Amino acid sequence: MKCGDFRETYVEDMAIFETAFARRALWLFLAAMAAVPAFAGGFWLDVVNRILIAVVAATGLNILTGFTGQISLGNAAFLSVGAYATAALAGKAGLPFPVVIPLAGLITAAVGMVFGIPSLRLKGLYLAVATLAAHFVIEFAVTHWDSMTGGVNGISIPAAAAGPLSLDGDARLYYLILPLTVGMLLFAKNLFRTKVGKAFVAIRDQDISAEVMGVNVFKYKLLSFGVSSFYVGVAGALLGYQARIISPENFPITLAIDQLGMIIIGGMGSILGSIFGAVFITLLPELLRLVVGPLSATFPQLTTLFSSLKMGVFGLAIVLFLLFEPDGMAARWHTIKNYWKLYPFSY
Amino acid sequence: MSMLDVRGLILHFRGVAALSDVTFQVEPQHIHAIIGPNGAGKTSLLNCVSGVYRPQRGTIAFDGRDVTRLSPAERTRLGIARTFQNIALFKGMTVLDNLLIGRHTHQRAGVLGGGIYWGFGQREEIAHREMVEDVIDFLEIQHIRKKVVGTLAYGLQKRVELARALALEPRLLLLDEPMAGMNAEEKEDMARFIVEISEERGTTVVMIEHDMGVVMDLSHRVTVLNFGEKIADGRPDEVRKDRNVQDAYLGEQHGLFDT
Repeated sequence: MKCGDFRETYVEDMAIFETAFARRALWLFLAAMAAVPAFAGGFWLDVVNRILIAVVAATGLNILTGFTGQISLGNAAFLSVGAYATAALAGKAGLPFPVVIPLAGLITAAVGMVFGIPSLRLKGLYLAVATLAAHFVIEFAVTHWDSMTGGVNGISIPAAAAGPLSLDGDARLYYLILPLTVGMLLFAKNLFRTKVGKAFVAIRDQDISAEVMGVNVFKYKLLSFGVSSFYVGVAGALLGYQARIISPENFPITLAIDQLGMIIIGGMGSILGSIFGAVFITLLPELLRLVVGPLSATFPQLTTLFSSLKMGVFGLAIVLFLLFEPDGMAARWHTIKNYWKLYPFSY
Repeated sequence: MSMLDVRGLILHFRGVAALSDVTFQVEPQHIHAIIGPNGAGKTSLLNCVSGVYRPQRGTIAFDGRDVTRLSPAERTRLGIARTFQNIALFKGMTVLDNLLIGRHTHQRAGVLGGGIYWGFGQREEIAHREMVEDVIDFLEIQHIRKKVVGTLAYGLQKRVELARALALEPRLLLLDEPMAGMNAEEKEDMARFIVEISEERGTTVVMIEHDMGVVMDLSHRVTVLNFGEKIADGRPDEVRKDRNVQDAYLGEQHGLFDT
């Protein structure tokens, strides 16, 4: 009788999902996800869509910050580049979404790589400030380039369309966002078991010895900015298609900080962590609203306090995670998983 | 022809001379030791050869080709690998991933090939995994291949760092104090590995080492540095008898009694 998990080839040993059980569980989960629009409508479907978009954006940021170790505060701006590129390509040029989304990603990747050039010389906090500058440069461009972006008034984006197919409404859009998110997560997971992804992690851990091992550090830092911004750009495109109208107010600096919060709480340098973090941070205000809603009948001042309450809880969550689980929810997940691995035996 | 030909190397940091006019050659398939008291410039010399430092003057030729102006990554592509005095592994990665980074210069797949992981990208990754497994077998680290490097004991980390350098399939291997901080058993293992690397794989080894027993036993040639200058060069038994070397290590005591 086979009483364990034996691997006989390197292909098996290098698989992402190590056991047949994990693969089956994943398929079940995906099937459940595909059935979501049948059960959730209106508000909650909108939340699920926003979660999935946040997952893509957080994965992008995690590739750059969590895996390559380059702190970036430019994420909100890069997100806006993706969204405005979508407005231009879909609205003005009338291109179909299978063309618009990758193009928006590539445009954002190019912008991200330009703002990644300082990473050659700058590290840590200094790079964070340089990417903060990127945020304000892009924000300035967006608010002043009226003919392209509609300035402070914003610009509207048509529903995602390809020929006769039109993805208007959250339910239809969901079936674009879900497979795209799954595909991009899989791509990221694969990236980090092959050459390029390992070079990213090597740069994070020890840039001098990465260079000595033959990794062209500057090239791979730029590549990381590019891949990361591509993800963020795709998220921006989806955000544009979902919101249908965008203005600079949709992309404040606090959005970039929210996304840093996602990868800190979820787990830096972990794809799973990006998912956990995005779910947590996106759900947090919604759950808070659920709690505050019924209470506001008796405490009417709660409604006015809501936005500051939201910020307070967000900050508290980050501090608590840094103190008690600095490696994020993904690390906790692995601890729990390992505990059950040999249950009920302790060795 | 020499594997490594260093001529007239001069390196200084804002007036502090680290190396002054160092010239030495390393023959193919030799184990060549560089010794000297602390601060003699041994690691600086190794850093010049691997490209981490740029010397102000002098030339470094590897296998007949001038590499003085090449970046560390370009030298690695030509076949120079090294380890560091203070272990410089990628601490957040597993042993396997650390070794696979050693295959970086040999791999072709890019972002798309890796991200899609189908066809060429996958085949390439598997092929390099097989090569890395050879190194793992050779250095006897099978049991830790999936452990995260930061969690390993010091002696094992040293061995993993050697493995990572070997995964590059170098023709010239630079070892900066491979046995520092090891116990006797670990030193014996490491000495055995170095001899096997030289004899079975035909790799040329340049090592900095403080353990004189090891240096005298293993090396074919020894170069002695003191205050950035070469004071002796030759077979271990010649170097051991050299007056300058004895002075450098023991201090110039003999002069005290002559007058």
